[in-house]
Amino acid sequence: MSIAIAVGMLTAAAVYLFMQRGMVRIVLGFVLASHAANLLLFAAGNTAYRGVPYIFTSEYGEGGDPLPQAFVLTAIVIAFSITMFMVTLAITTTGDDDTEDEEESPAKVLTAADT
Amino acid sequence: MEEILPPLLPLLVGIPLLMGALGAALRKSKRARHIISLGTLSALLAFSILLVIATHDGTVLAHRVGFWDFAPQIAIPFVVDALNSLVLMIICILGITSVMFAMATHEARARFYHPFVLILMAGVAGALMTGDIFNLFVFIEVMLLPSYGLLAMMGAKLGAHGARIYVSVNLLASTLLLFGIGLVYATAGTVNLAELHGRAAEDPAIAVGAAVVLTAISIKAAVVPVHGWLTRTYPMTSPAVTALFSGIHTKVSIYAIYRIYSVMFDGDDRFLWIALLVTSLTMLIGVLGAIGEKTTRSILVFHMISQIGYILIGVGLFTGLGLTAGIFYLLHHMIVKASLFLSTGAIEETYGTGEIDKLGGMAKREPLIAATFMIAALSLAGLPPFSGFVAKFSIIQATLEQAHYWVAAVAVLVSVFTLLSMLKIWVGVFMGKPPEDLEDRALSYQERMHGKRYLRVQAQAENPTLTIGPPTATMSAVLSGERAVKVPMKLIIPGAILAAITVFFGLGAELLMMLSETAAENLLNPQDYVEAVINS
Repeated sequence: MSIAIAVGMLTAAAVYLFMQRGMVRIVLGFVLASHAANLLLFAAGNTAYRGVPYIFTSEYGEGGDPLPQAFVLTAIVIAFSITMFMVTLAITTTGDDDTEDEEESPAKVLTAADT
Repeated sequence: MEEILPPLLPLLVGIPLLMGALGAALRKSKRARHIISLGTLSALLAFSILLVIATHDGTVLAHRVGFWDFAPQIAIPFVVDALNSLVLMIICILGITSVMFAMATHEARARFYHPFVLILMAGVAGALMTGDIFNLFVFIEVMLLPSYGLLAMMGAKLGAHGARIYVSVNLLASTLLLFGIGLVYATAGTVNLAELHGRAAEDPAIAVGAAVVLTAISIKAAVVPVHGWLTRTYPMTSPAVTALFSGIHTKVSIYAIYRIYSVMFDGDDRFLWIALLVTSLTMLIGVLGAIGEKTTRSILVFHMISQIGYILIGVGLFTGLGLTAGIFYLLHHMIVKASLFLSTGAIEETYGTGEIDKLGGMAKREPLIAATFMIAALSLAGLPPFSGFVAKFSIIQATLEQAHYWVAAVAVLVSVFTLLSMLKIWVGVFMGKPPEDLEDRALSYQERMHGKRYLRVQAQAENPTLTIGPPTATMSAVLSGERAVKVPMKLIIPGAILAAITVFFGLGAELLMMLSETAAENLLNPQDYVEAVINS
């Protein structure tokens, strides 16, 4: 249950941050969202087993499920790389990280680049 | 053949990854990168043709990566049947033609262009072949990360708006996919597709997890409630990149929808009405958006959405004929759409704009481009001599067979609108008189893109007696010469190759129809797929 509450709070916070103005807040929202997804993956492996899943450290039936741990490990790296890219996008291009002016249509931007 | 091929399947991922790394390591030599890239893509094409031949009779090739013999279901399976080998073959053709186009526009000279394309291809091959949904997520990310780079490379000239939206929406969809995979693993205890065969149809708890997975993939495929991101990002990069993406990301997502619904839900007909509702909306809203747009590329991007609706009708019907028609439509559409992006992209690259109001008279100026565009546009609208007719005809036949008259009505109506907006491009860009400032605009665009030195060289190539003088004099010489600005042949050829393929698939539809039928058979009876994975 505690994991469910944590996932719910992280997701709610992430959704709130997505709706905010400013690229960095959106990136923070994504950080929280990927935390939520990772916790959910952990929960999928049944958190009743708390033992370390290294070989020879836990009895069968005590160690945690290693597969979701490998999933999470992979997902963390992927989310980290994309977060890096998004942070870079936030500081390049315009003067600040404001997302409000992105209401422009592609046609407008292409015309602006054209003249 | 069936013994030799499966252990070679990981090479489809390994070789482009390796060659991409090699291309990135070669700092100085542009020519070496060009050769590596085209060579690898051709090798992939040859391999995928071999796979099409090996699977054309319904054979399913499966390989356990890493040869995990003592526990068959632990390893990641790579599975190839008629459907994914066909999709891979078409994607390789698109890869080669759009790389040719990018070489002609000089975009491919950028140090990381070719490595990004090759890694993108590795991700595509992996996402198509994998038989494990977590691995599908990983390969979708492998496919997306170089795409962010490609999009932003050109996007820098247009501001990063496109790249920001693209990355945000795709990361959101990926996170949602991860949630779905977590739910499936929690309820079913495995993420191996073969082991999940039919489980979503039996157990509503698994079905909810699978539905989250399908929703996430639908965001990536840009079906209607979640299509806005695509129309605002694809026009915001270079034509070569748009053409490459048009056949890859959304289409791999469509493949995943077909596969997951076939295997996990076993074609359960209780949920098909949702798919039919969504696809009808997608067809209609996509094409209405297309009519409202003002640049060639944004019209074509909205069309993509509308056509995605058509393709997904196949999975919404889930009958032999419906799936065959959907798969044929998928393959036909990838070719035609890329051809359209390349032919209008050639105009955009030469004349510096894709705005319909600022162009005109291209049919006289550029007859080859006009012919290429005309063929692909008529094929897209579904006129008889081209492959689009066969695709639309069989789609409508399949909907009528299942008595879904309103879906058939929408499909026919949308074709009319498609033709209407294609005519809008035709009339605006190709007919009439070219505007006065067309040449000035084109020259200033070329100068901005390639610099004055490039223009001088071009002018000299066209008129060898011209000596290289100060740039202004040379440029006025270019201006005074008749038809100084013209789309170079190397920009026309890639689009024309694809247009020729759509004619071929229209006249010789029997061949592709037969292959699509085998692919549909494999989806309709996923037992072969499941057995191949378990016995591999």
